[in-house]
Amino acid sequence: MTTSGATEPVIEFQAVRKEYPDGTVAVGSLDLEVRPHELLALVGPSGCGKSTTLRMVNRLIEPTSGRVLLTGEDVATADPVALRRRIGYVIQHVGLFPHRTVSQNVATVPQLLGWDRRRTRERVGELLELVGLEPSTYARRYPHELSGGERQRVGVARALATDPPVLLMDEPFGAVDPEGRRRLQTEFRRIQQDLGTAVMLVTHDIDEAVHLGDRVAVFSAGGVVEQLDAPVTLLSRPANETVAAFIGTGRAVRLLGLGRLRLEDLGPLGDGGPGTAPTRGSAQTDPAVAGSIELGATLDETLSALAAAGRDRVDVTRSGTLVGHVTAAGLLAALHRLSDGDLTVDTGR
Amino acid sequence: MTYLTLAFAWLNDPLNWSGPDGVVALTVEHLTMSLLAVLLAAAVALPIGIGLGHSGRAARVGTATLMTTNVSRALPTFALLTIFASTGIGFGDRPTVLAAAVFALPVVLATAYSGIRGVDVDVRDAARGMGMSGRRILVQVEVPLAGPMIAAGLRTAAVQVVATIPLAALVGGGGLGRIVVEGFGTQQYGQVIAGGALVAALCLVVEGVLAVGQRVLTPRAVRSLHAA
Repeated sequence: MTTSGATEPVIEFQAVRKEYPDGTVAVGSLDLEVRPHELLALVGPSGCGKSTTLRMVNRLIEPTSGRVLLTGEDVATADPVALRRRIGYVIQHVGLFPHRTVSQNVATVPQLLGWDRRRTRERVGELLELVGLEPSTYARRYPHELSGGERQRVGVARALATDPPVLLMDEPFGAVDPEGRRRLQTEFRRIQQDLGTAVMLVTHDIDEAVHLGDRVAVFSAGGVVEQLDAPVTLLSRPANETVAAFIGTGRAVRLLGLGRLRLEDLGPLGDGGPGTAPTRGSAQTDPAVAGSIELGATLDETLSALAAAGRDRVDVTRSGTLVGHVTAAGLLAALHRLSDGDLTVDTGR
Repeated sequence: MTYLTLAFAWLNDPLNWSGPDGVVALTVEHLTMSLLAVLLAAAVALPIGIGLGHSGRAARVGTATLMTTNVSRALPTFALLTIFASTGIGFGDRPTVLAAAVFALPVVLATAYSGIRGVDVDVRDAARGMGMSGRRILVQVEVPLAGPMIAAGLRTAAVQVVATIPLAALVGGGGLGRIVVEGFGTQQYGQVIAGGALVAALCLVVEGVLAVGQRVLTPRAVRSLHAA
């Protein structure tokens, strides 16, 4: 892994333009950077140049002008084949080699780099476990013997084989059924945060973008970045009409999934009133069973708990100790806190 | 006696099977010529078909080449044979092998081309994106995946060639065609039918042997794709 300064971007686009011979401008003039360890989601309608942008990083597409830097080095000066071996790459339909087993697929890049057999085998085992596929069950299977979600996991394992500093993902969960998709997204996010891999992820799904991204770039036709912000900012304060229209209605609902319950949102209940800034607790407790929720639970979990409670309030605990209760009004206040009270710019559709 | 009975009688005569002009010797000769023709066709058609299929940019060139070679199939092989015979190539086995190779070429080329082109674009994209060179993609991904289709093309070509080689006898060449031509010459139509039956039987045997051979040689990985 290349060690770079903490602030130096891992990927940097400098005035990048891609114009096709027929005159189509896929990307006009793009400046964009992916910071170390972050997941940057590019989201936008189809044909907005987001995939083109992604594919210019590993030179599957060559820019017409401008520079793309990978950890400070101009990719145009690198040998494309060697460059791609340093960058993980995952696409929508995975593109697993159908004539190779799961373990052979995962071993693709190690093999290209000439790793010895033992090191490769150990690494493949590690990776399969990382993505939640038991090696003894899956290693010798062929791609056609797997479900869509399992294939996608293999695709991620294959892309991470040499622990690349950068991972490019083009609609990686697009071909997975909706139910499995959310689980895969959550698992992938955990893996990404554990490994600290910087990711550039392309999607047309705003939910996926705000769920996964540390920052989200909203693209419009011609590779124009309409807004580049953290998910909460994006949802609560869309920069303009285009972004607002793209996000569509339901911004408040999406914010529910991003915000977390804090002490200040609670109604008092004896001791432990509002005080010091709360730590982010885990939301492992199942609200429906426990009848209470943990401080730091997401707002949509809070809403579910409220709905399931059958009364107007739900107890909130911190590490098992009761710290207060939350009501529907408190939930609404939390939502307003997230968006600075500003949820009025909705498109009205 | 009907011609069919005569054909049986001819086939049952051990004298017709042995000797330098016997069925056994002619069959060996027939197969050798067929093998040469298929090898010749494959030597020319496989590199072109695979190469065109591999280079995505040449899609238009590929289509054009396919059309040209397909149109060439309208050219009667017998006409080609006569043309060859009347030039420096001369009479006998050589022009026949050449003409049969020309005849087999389009099948081999077309199947190789479409086999390679038929490889899933996502598989190719992933291979490239992971840092496989063009040559490596060709050898490790495209050719194995196109293998069954290429093999099917070669099989079809082989059977067609075995069925075409009898024309050799018309220009003084060898092979099982001699039985037919000789039968016509001597008005022994039973022998003509016997010769025809032998060629047909040989075609079936060749097809069967190649099918089994292909099955045995196909790696489990590729075979499992088609079983699914």
